[in-house]
Amino acid sequence: MKVHINGSIKEFKAKKISPEELIIQLNLSGKRFAIERNGEIISKNSFDEIYINDGDKIEIIGAVGGG
Amino acid sequence: MVDKNLKNDKLIIAGRSFQSRLLIGTGKYNNFEETRAAINASESEIVTVAIRRINLGQSPNEPSLLEFLPANEFTYLPNTAGCFSSDEAIRTLRLARELLDGHNLVKLEVLGDPETLFPNVVETINAAKILVKDGFDVMVYTSDDPIIAKQLEDIGCCAIMPLASLIGSGMGILNPWNLEIIIDKANVPVIVDAGVGTASDASIAMELGCDGVLMNTAIALAKNPILMASAMKKAIESGREAFLAGRMDKKHYSASPSSPAKGLIK
Repeated sequence: MKVHINGSIKEFKAKKISPEELIIQLNLSGKRFAIERNGEIISKNSFDEIYINDGDKIEIIGAVGGG
Repeated sequence: MVDKNLKNDKLIIAGRSFQSRLLIGTGKYNNFEETRAAINASESEIVTVAIRRINLGQSPNEPSLLEFLPANEFTYLPNTAGCFSSDEAIRTLRLARELLDGHNLVKLEVLGDPETLFPNVVETINAAKILVKDGFDVMVYTSDDPIIAKQLEDIGCCAIMPLASLIGSGMGILNPWNLEIIIDKANVPVIVDAGVGTASDASIAMELGCDGVLMNTAIALAKNPILMASAMKKAIESGREAFLAGRMDKKHYSASPSSPAKGLIK
């Protein structure tokens, strides 16, 4: 499946993937982030209730320096 | 006895109490070490952060801003810098709240023009209404229009943050009279946000009666940011003390000598 992540397309062998698994595959374990699927926030306590599917648009954000 | 060290003079924002009246942005520094050193020198407690797409190519050990500014030492103020619509700003702050484990104190800014970064006050008001209803404590960047400032307060914003001059311009306090009207009418903290260039600008803002000043570029782009951060801390404190002390009346036409007229040697 193909998933849009932060504006670029990533391919996965699986047909669907949990947010947890996505974070591991992206090497982001242990980082502070928030994640959005198709414009809806996936809260951390619903990580095991939601799957990311083909064509989904994912945004993963963090904090950076700013004024 | 006058309290000389301002220890009991707290800045209260949405029920949170702060000793420092200097709020600092974390952008434009050369690296995180410099950011941290400048913030230490400023003794600021509130630090703004921007919300952006995470770097997907990063190595697992890459340091992050929040590791340099731990949550037990600072109050984060996530901002909506770069947002040009209320929808973008609301989306950004909801993500920030999720990122920061429910932290709801935020800085709302909705820009109207990429060249001047002037705020779009219509979109700002629209966003503020929704965010306040959604449980956010909204500190709001706005123009120095006293009517808009009052409307934002009436919506429920917890601090009004008018510009002194354009973001990143360093032009200083361009309209002290408008700021005075805003301060006069406000029942929530008024914090000058944007435009401060050097220490005297910060002092002037505080002498006018502002409750605090938020700045980034004036420190980050100083030749020596850490020294400038220290200067800003002192400027904020001296301006605050001067405001509390109450300045003498200006006398444009009748000078009054400080030394006695009596006993002059003739």
